[in-house]
Amino acid sequence: MKEQPQPPAWAQRFVAWYCKPSLVEDLLGDLNEYFERNVQALGPRRAKLIYIIDALKFFRIYTVRKPTLANLFINRIMLGSYIKTSGRNVMRNKLFSSINIVGLAISMSVGLLLIAFLLDLRSYDRFNQQGERIYRITNVATFKGEQGSGKYASTSLKTGRLIREKVTGVEEVAILRNDFSQDAQVGDRALPLKGFWAEPSVFRIFTFPMLEGNPETALRDPYSIVLTETAARKLFGHESALGRAIKLDTLDYQVTGIMKDLPFFSHIQFEALVSLSTAEQLNRHDQNFEKWTSMFSNSVYLLLPPTADLPAIQSQLDALAREENRAEENTKIQLELLPLYDIVVGENLHSGSMSGSVGPHVPPLVLWLLGGLALVVILSACFNYTNLSIARGMRRFKEVGLRKAIGAEKSQVRYQFLVEAILLSLAALFLSFFLFLLLRPQLIHLAPEIQRMVKLDLTPTMVVAFVVFSVAVGIMAGLVPALFFSNASAIQALKNESARNRTGGPAVPRASWSVQGLRYLTLRATAPTQRLGRRALAVIQYTFTLIFITTTAIGYVQYKNILAFDLGFNTENILNIPMQGHKPDALLKELSEIPEVTGLSRSLIITSVGNAWGGYMKYQDSQDSALVMTNHVDENYLPLHGYQLLAGGNFVTRPTTADGAREVIVNQQFLKRFNISPRDPQKAIGQEVTFSNFKVHGRRMTIVGVMKDFHYGKVDNLIGPVAFMPWTPEDPAIINAKIKSTDLPATLAKIESTWKKIDQVHPFEAEFYDEAIEAAYREFSVLIKIIGFLSFLAISIASMGLFGMVVFTTETRLKEIVIRKVMGASSGSLIYLLSRGFLVLLAVAALIALPVTYLFFENVVLTHFPYHRPVQLVELLFGLLAVVVVAGLIIGSQTLKAARTNPTEVLRGE
Amino acid sequence: MKGTNLGEFEELVLLTVAALLEEAYSVAICDELSAHTGRTVKLGVVHAVLNRLEEKGLLKSELGEATKARGGKRKRFYQLTAAGKAALVHAKSLRDQLWDRIPSLVWKKI
Repeated sequence: MKEQPQPPAWAQRFVAWYCKPSLVEDLLGDLNEYFERNVQALGPRRAKLIYIIDALKFFRIYTVRKPTLANLFINRIMLGSYIKTSGRNVMRNKLFSSINIVGLAISMSVGLLLIAFLLDLRSYDRFNQQGERIYRITNVATFKGEQGSGKYASTSLKTGRLIREKVTGVEEVAILRNDFSQDAQVGDRALPLKGFWAEPSVFRIFTFPMLEGNPETALRDPYSIVLTETAARKLFGHESALGRAIKLDTLDYQVTGIMKDLPFFSHIQFEALVSLSTAEQLNRHDQNFEKWTSMFSNSVYLLLPPTADLPAIQSQLDALAREENRAEENTKIQLELLPLYDIVVGENLHSGSMSGSVGPHVPPLVLWLLGGLALVVILSACFNYTNLSIARGMRRFKEVGLRKAIGAEKSQVRYQFLVEAILLSLAALFLSFFLFLLLRPQLIHLAPEIQRMVKLDLTPTMVVAFVVFSVAVGIMAGLVPALFFSNASAIQALKNESARNRTGGPAVPRASWSVQGLRYLTLRATAPTQRLGRRALAVIQYTFTLIFITTTAIGYVQYKNILAFDLGFNTENILNIPMQGHKPDALLKELSEIPEVTGLSRSLIITSVGNAWGGYMKYQDSQDSALVMTNHVDENYLPLHGYQLLAGGNFVTRPTTADGAREVIVNQQFLKRFNISPRDPQKAIGQEVTFSNFKVHGRRMTIVGVMKDFHYGKVDNLIGPVAFMPWTPEDPAIINAKIKSTDLPATLAKIESTWKKIDQVHPFEAEFYDEAIEAAYREFSVLIKIIGFLSFLAISIASMGLFGMVVFTTETRLKEIVIRKVMGASSGSLIYLLSRGFLVLLAVAALIALPVTYLFFENVVLTHFPYHRPVQLVELLFGLLAVVVVAGLIIGSQTLKAARTNPTEVLRGE
Repeated sequence: MKGTNLGEFEELVLLTVAALLEEAYSVAICDELSAHTGRTVKLGVVHAVLNRLEEKGLLKSELGEATKARGGKRKRFYQLTAAGKAALVHAKSLRDQLWDRIPSLVWKKI
């Protein structure tokens, strides 16, 4: 029997929530049975929809829990009344309602974006009908000379073979080899194709519908290729592609299948699949091809039976790995299973492949972090609601008193205020939905990675999630006011109303102890001794606002520092042009004739942006080997990039074969690691070392130069031993061109046109070094933009809340202000009077927020960046200043307005 | 009086429960009814009727064994009670009596 997709969990929970305990089990069972049946007949999508509809339809009188029944009945009648009073209240206090609605809407738009983002991530790979049974093999590899082990999304071909032969209880195994990237030629049309070498079983594991061709045999024979619909159309236009020949490199391949384009939400993306047997033929002379340690370019996917015994399979994998590791000296590899649905949102894995990442990936920590930040912003808006409605609500005590006097229960008053908050938040949802539409493209275009990862298109699930979210926000916002008002006793509430009329001051209901308790939370303060306690919510709000702003400021400064970081060499105006497989000589010649190009060099990789190349080196002690990062560079590279040589000189030889490269220039750390006279680099010149990696074995090399330490990795890596070797024509090349030009676009166009002479198929891919560095740290820039945006929202929301409170305070204290004024108080002293409380509050918030942010950065974030600049006071105070200025403007303007009113207008009635 | 008279659908459900013997649970009943009446019978309706009949005391139910299907949820098996049986017999005899009252001559003319 095939395992089925599960019905939506929330619908199940919903049934379990409303249904009587005695009925719930068989009801859910029945729904499940129908669901399973519908999955067979109509497919999982329809089945889920039907399940949801049925779950709602079973919401009947006889299934619903009894206790709610009576309340529900009364509440349904009262609901109309609640909505009416809520509506009136919203309309009466237009200013406060709009502050609440706008604040909630702004904060909720962040929530909506996050929900859309999460839902998109969750929908990854769900198109696979057997998705729950698909697993990918993770390699946990420990290399000699490296600390700890790394987890890799890739594994060796041999792993796949061995699992197929030896491991029992596995239904299917498919190997995807991920370095297929060639130019396809059909007639005179040429197109670069990217994809995988794959086995026929891939079609039995994944749901990749074949439009033409037989999925069972399409990938069986060597030189077979399966194209996606789009790739086929690009190559063959509207002609039928099946059975046609494609020339890749010098070999002819036959198109044996056309498959539907991959869904956007698939972590595997390709344009073509070529039979793995082709790769076997091409690599039949390569001994490393099937080695246990050649684990960087293959993914192995398993399909397990529905009744799979995971621990048993795991122990078989362990045994298998143990057996293979026995023959290995330098590398120990463990195998693990990773469920398909945990690939996109899950543990961080090294991509392993040389050709780039295996697909989109978001670590759960980032999602939790974003969720936490969004929650803080939303809570801030909820605090506004709570503060304002309790402060304003003093005027609603009469209504509550009356409701209670004619028989309303506590729960009903609670319910009423919750309904009001939910109504308001639904109204806010409407507004925030438009904000969502507005912000969506901004978020998507923040980085190309996000663009490739999510679409944020509206789906029915999303709409439901939005509404549920909005109701939840309403409850969050309305909970405290609801508790507050429901605890007021009728007598006190009504008595207080008259007391208020007598004194003319703001009503202070002495309702019950819990109301007293709640009043501690609110902004309104009467007795100076209790002022701070009562302003807890506002303090929390401002603390978070300050943390946000300060984080943005510090993050921004640190990010700019990283970009302007002295890497130990010069990157300015250097254009890196990857040769994409061509020999660099022709282009070099062309480029040297362009006057704006002042210098040229060749290198294997670009350092300092996260790329790495390397191998193991030994000095005199044959037991002591260390991992050394390398780059192959030509004789012009060092002067062009301004590397500082401490001893020795540049490369002398110009080797033409890889084996001829016998010279090496090392850095200071290298000398330190092998203890080759670190004090006097001069003595290191002429020393011999041996170098081995996956291509070279024990090549003897001579140190000809020592350069100053520079940042080979990104700035979050410590500087380790580095060695430069001569570039040879056997290496792939990147041309580094130093440009000096007053008209950059024109120069670039010129360079691009020379590229076109060499390669008509592939687009010109040059990038300035500085831009490459910026791209390497884009995740930080994205993070800073997001946090910056959130802090903008946080300060707006907090300011709106403050505005509401100030308007309310000046309104209720208008008479006091005016009398003071009549008695001779100046405007300045009045502003001081009204803003004093706020200043204390802000001081408390700053005292909490600033040290917290500082310690967080110094002890948590910046410890990952060993070369960072310490956090400066300016960055810390910037946020505080921003908040004080905004708050000062709000308080000042409102108080001035109150202070400027003509006393006779206000006091005329007295 | 409520509880003594059976509705048409109630009667069908009761009969199906009786016919299915040990296998009488909601989905099976639903399928059986659909198969025999030729109309699509909604699970929700059957569920509601079964519930009502149990309230009336015409049916009794107990949960069966948990199986792998149905998401591990147990089935609720229904059985006729004595009152249920009596109600069915009563309904049948009432019909029979009425049938018997139609003279065959009249019957043929229609």
